[in-house]
Amino acid sequence: MSNFTRRDLLKTTAGLAIGAVAGPALIESARVWAADNPWTPEDGAAIRLLRWKHFVKSEDEAFMALIDAFSQATGVAVRVDNEGFEDLRPKSAVAASIGSGPDIVWTIHADPHLYPDKLVDMKDVADYLGGKYGGWYPIAEFYSQHEGAWISIPYFFSGNFLNYRVSHVQAAGFETVPDNTDDFLKLMQGLKANGTPGGFALGNASGDGNCWTHWILWSHGGKVVDDDDNVVLDSPETVAALEYVHELAQTFLPGCASWLDGHNNKAFLQDACSLTNNGISIYAAAQREGMDNIANDMDHAYYPTGPVGEAMEFHVQFPMMVYKHSAYPNACKALISWLMEADQFNKHLQGSVGYLSHPLKAYDDHPVWTEDAKRAVFKDTTARTVPYSYSGRLGYAASSVFADFVVVNMVAEAALGDKSPKEAAQDAQKRAERYYKV
Amino acid sequence: MAVSAQSPEGPSISLLSRLNHNRNLLGLLFMLPAGVILLLFLTFPLGFGVWIGLTDVKIGRPGQFIGFENYTWLFEDQVFWLSVFNTFLYTVVASIIKFALGLWLALLLNRHLPFKAFLRAIVLLPFIVPTVLSALAFWWIYDSQDSVISWTLIELGLRDDTIDFLGQKWTARWSVIAANIWRGIPFVAITLLAGLQTISPSLYEAATIDGASEWQRFRHITFPLLTPIIAVVMTFSVLFTFTDFQLIWIMTRGGPSNATHLMATLSYQRAIVGGSLGEGAALATAMIPFLLGAILFSYFGLQRRKWQQGGTDD
Repeated sequence: MSNFTRRDLLKTTAGLAIGAVAGPALIESARVWAADNPWTPEDGAAIRLLRWKHFVKSEDEAFMALIDAFSQATGVAVRVDNEGFEDLRPKSAVAASIGSGPDIVWTIHADPHLYPDKLVDMKDVADYLGGKYGGWYPIAEFYSQHEGAWISIPYFFSGNFLNYRVSHVQAAGFETVPDNTDDFLKLMQGLKANGTPGGFALGNASGDGNCWTHWILWSHGGKVVDDDDNVVLDSPETVAALEYVHELAQTFLPGCASWLDGHNNKAFLQDACSLTNNGISIYAAAQREGMDNIANDMDHAYYPTGPVGEAMEFHVQFPMMVYKHSAYPNACKALISWLMEADQFNKHLQGSVGYLSHPLKAYDDHPVWTEDAKRAVFKDTTARTVPYSYSGRLGYAASSVFADFVVVNMVAEAALGDKSPKEAAQDAQKRAERYYKV
Repeated sequence: MAVSAQSPEGPSISLLSRLNHNRNLLGLLFMLPAGVILLLFLTFPLGFGVWIGLTDVKIGRPGQFIGFENYTWLFEDQVFWLSVFNTFLYTVVASIIKFALGLWLALLLNRHLPFKAFLRAIVLLPFIVPTVLSALAFWWIYDSQDSVISWTLIELGLRDDTIDFLGQKWTARWSVIAANIWRGIPFVAITLLAGLQTISPSLYEAATIDGASEWQRFRHITFPLLTPIIAVVMTFSVLFTFTDFQLIWIMTRGGPSNATHLMATLSYQRAIVGGSLGEGAALATAMIPFLLGAILFSYFGLQRRKWQQGGTDD
């Protein structure tokens, strides 16, 4: 029995990226590209890029090989620093405030909207890439634009879908995961009755916790704010969502109340959890570790639609932003545009084995989505993403409500019966109002 | 004979000479580096933190002075009061148990035991191990599926299912308290052991000759003579416990449903993760009165005994 988790993945692959080097073909193609590059790097340009720590080793290796090829072709030295998600936000913000630090940050969510005036307008890069590669998905444009400027380039999205054991779901009487929340509850009850329960993180899990709890809220018509950023969390729709989740939580395997992001990976890989929500890292780990009994018997599915009748899913965005304090904005634009050109982006997409999804429509046809049918749902990550600010504006308040686990805690309180659905919604309303009182 | 300050050459060199021999000035000069360090690295951050708590500064954008609005909000915030309750419970329970077990351990280690030095070194291990590693170890020990405690109980036939240590509010609270106790006992034990070794054996010999029992020797010799060091140890222990962060953040992130959020973890979550630096700073500042209270209690309650100042301890 393996106990391999995303955290282990992180540990075992730490530092390997440094050694990733580009092959001759990649360097040659980079040189060809550099000759016609619309953004000529400044003389002596040296870039510092700060990114989130990877979860899939092959993704990081692919990325570092691309960086190496860019440096060799253009002469621009690129230093890549890695930080955990939680350290990325304060470090990026400090760099924005003091006007010093990394030139580019490959960041998370809509953090560029926290300091839009500190960032380089990337509209020329966005227009170039959008025009060449079939256009951006609407959500990618929404996340990147601020008052007409492109304050970031949406580099990737990361899908978070249902991971399930095929045989266990079938034993519970369903061919696959049902497409509506009513039947989904029956499936979860069936899994529990068969002694093969599923479960979702109810602890302060910033990734998995936020993803599934926002789906629960949105799919029932609840939301934190309306179109004008008025907090409307305490609504009949929210209460309905919380009543549903209270029933759903009765089917969870023990321990979900304390689950953080890595727990469900571990439980799933240990055969203790039959259904949960996650990126593709569980499947990738099962394949890499030779856990065929899990890898062959698992698949991924969209979240079921709730009473609103349409997909209401949250997936994470990883945009790249360039600071105005950078002395080498052209070199930064050149690097980002080069990374998103087909020759490079294809490699990165391939290396991420489905963990990352594309924001440009032309990459819908990438073989990474067809060579393994179990990755198929991740192709639609960007198309199905609802912004966490839904249905209001991006900015400080939306980011803070999200980061402070307001929705996660509300759902957890109702799920565990600590508060009635109405009380949980009322308290969450108060907390959200505090952030929106800006 | 004392060196005369009157130089035959008169006042021409006397200024430097006088300065060189001015004990007050030299004292000030010698204290200056420490003073500057304290000012830069203690007073300024503390003062700046208090100031930020009076503003609505957010990560990435400057704020405005808003007076006590952050505090007013916190006063009405249920999660804040829950964190205050959790912090007090955590500090009081953990500190008392750490003191009791630490003192007991110190008394044991003060005896003539085989492998005494080795045993003393072993006792320090939990304190030496980085907190993050201890927290990760407990994270596994308390795992909802793989807990070694659950496994043992199931294997012994005492339970049928695993214990959800961190998934239930009260079990989560007791679990993180237990982890803190495990980590904090060595500090208390070793420091009290050092104190025990300063007590003259002749006092015990005299008491024994007078017919004092073991309890009487402890009650009337060991404990009173150990009181000053207990004051210091418990002051530090309370401060460390009250401001604990790593154990909680790694094991529970304050969950489930904020049941294990301490003021320090909530402050970090609001300030750094959530981006509300002003509110987070206000929350951290709100810890200061409690910490001062704890220090004053230790200082006045335990340290200032009359007999230590030459009087009688009535």
